[in-house]
Amino acid sequence: MNIYLPIAEVSVNAFLVLGLGGMVGVLSGMFGVGGGFLLTPLLFFIGIPPAVAVATGANQIVASSVSGVLAHLRRRSVDLKMGVVLQVGGMIGAVLGIAIFNYLKSLGQVDLFVTLCYVVFLGIVGGLMFIESVNALRKSRRGTPPKRKQRGWVHSLPFKMRFRTSGLYISILPPVAVGLFVGMLTAIMGVGGGFIMVPAMIYLLGMPTKVVVGTSLFQIITVTAATTMMHAITNQTVDIVLAVLLLVGGVVGAQFGTRIGMRLKAEQLRILLALLVLLVCAKLALDLLLEPSEIYSLSPVRVTK
Amino acid sequence: MRILRSLHALLASLCAACVLVLVAPFASVTSPAQAEEVVLGLSHDRVAITANFDGSEILIFGAVKRETPIPTTAPLEVIVTVSGPKEPVIVRRKDRSMGIWVNTASVSVDSAPSFYAVATSAPFGAVLRDTEDLRHKISIRRAIRSVGSTLQGAQDFSNALMRIREEKGFYSLQENAVTLDEQTLFRTALQMPADLIEGEYETRIFLTRAGRVVSRYETVIQVNKVGLERFLYNLSQDQPPLYGLLALVIAALSGWGAAALFQMLRNS
Repeated sequence: MNIYLPIAEVSVNAFLVLGLGGMVGVLSGMFGVGGGFLLTPLLFFIGIPPAVAVATGANQIVASSVSGVLAHLRRRSVDLKMGVVLQVGGMIGAVLGIAIFNYLKSLGQVDLFVTLCYVVFLGIVGGLMFIESVNALRKSRRGTPPKRKQRGWVHSLPFKMRFRTSGLYISILPPVAVGLFVGMLTAIMGVGGGFIMVPAMIYLLGMPTKVVVGTSLFQIITVTAATTMMHAITNQTVDIVLAVLLLVGGVVGAQFGTRIGMRLKAEQLRILLALLVLLVCAKLALDLLLEPSEIYSLSPVRVTK
Repeated sequence: MRILRSLHALLASLCAACVLVLVAPFASVTSPAQAEEVVLGLSHDRVAITANFDGSEILIFGAVKRETPIPTTAPLEVIVTVSGPKEPVIVRRKDRSMGIWVNTASVSVDSAPSFYAVATSAPFGAVLRDTEDLRHKISIRRAIRSVGSTLQGAQDFSNALMRIREEKGFYSLQENAVTLDEQTLFRTALQMPADLIEGEYETRIFLTRAGRVVSRYETVIQVNKVGLERFLYNLSQDQPPLYGLLALVIAALSGWGAAALFQMLRNS
């Protein structure tokens, strides 16, 4: 069954999009990530114009994050105060990101830049996560307890604030910076940024693991919502029909994913996620390195009425 | 097929009537150059893009109305073109730079139809001369207008535009696709893809003899989004903040709904 998307102005197979949403939902349920970093490239692949894919991806993440954060709120594993600080940074970052996105769009380099961002960040995050989880797996086999986190330069900065839920007393500068950075990525890459936010919270801010996912989801809602609005207003590229199809698939998939995730060990899960991230990264990198079959590309200048 | 045949019969009688009627009274109305004129029918002159729009086939049929006997100099040929809304297109080329493939050069094509189909009753070269093509802009190459591109090899870019759109089925030249009977009745079926842009699709019929256009006729096929598609598209263009909010509300509600639903399922 084909569905014509009113904003993307392409006709897509509804089951294909539902399936994509479902697949990404399964992964996000399994690993506790939004899945935007997989979804957006997949949307490119099925022929959705990149600008629409990025904006609609952001809208889709709003839904999955709302769903996730409600579950975390019940378990009291959301640091609301830290979330707000991250959001302040995130908003500034999103505005900057949209500006960069629109500037690059006018230069015709937006596709390249988005792909490069993906390759770089997926490569770094996937690589680090893989090394770290392999080490953790080895250590847990040997039976030595994991090393306690050290307090580094992050804790010597000014403007300190107490975050009770996280049990932290740190400067607000690092969280604002992390939020800003991730907000920028959200606007440019159409991702929630959980895959960067989560490691940054654990390793950079030293937050306890149990509040990390909930807090990250909480901040992602606001930033992706702001991004959706900004894309809707400046580019008119949010496709509600596409978003709804992805949502339905994603919501159902996430529930299956959660079940699968509960049967695996945390370290195994992390290795799998790292491999997945590296796989997507390798695919995108190859596209940049190998000679494309079509070296020309078209971008029609739609005259909006 | 049956519809076609009955249409065919209908048109045949219509045409015969025309020929009879036109012998005397209307002779002064048509110029000598247009001794042969087109009477056109379309299976539908509107294409509605609905949510499950999956492309459309338009039947274009017609008859040649003439006051004089069929000329014997050269056989009559028919060309049918349908052109989507014209828009500027930026064509970019990638080159390897520092090991990766990057858009390095671009040419702006001033005006290119989003969709363009040409159907002819014989091989294209046989039905139309180059000079006539230049005048009426019939072939795909001529339908694209690119002036003032200073870059060397700008031709490569417009070639690329044509090649890419032909591969995707947006541009097509269908030779021998127009059926012509007795130099009077013609018909062709035109396939429109699912990924249509809305707007006015200019439809032109050319009658040619010995490669010269002897008559042309123009009409418009309206392609519009309807229903929900229309509503959402208009909303996104006219009320972007409202549209953005709607998108967010839908997202938040479905997220909340999903969480509540699965909580309920878990509890029960």
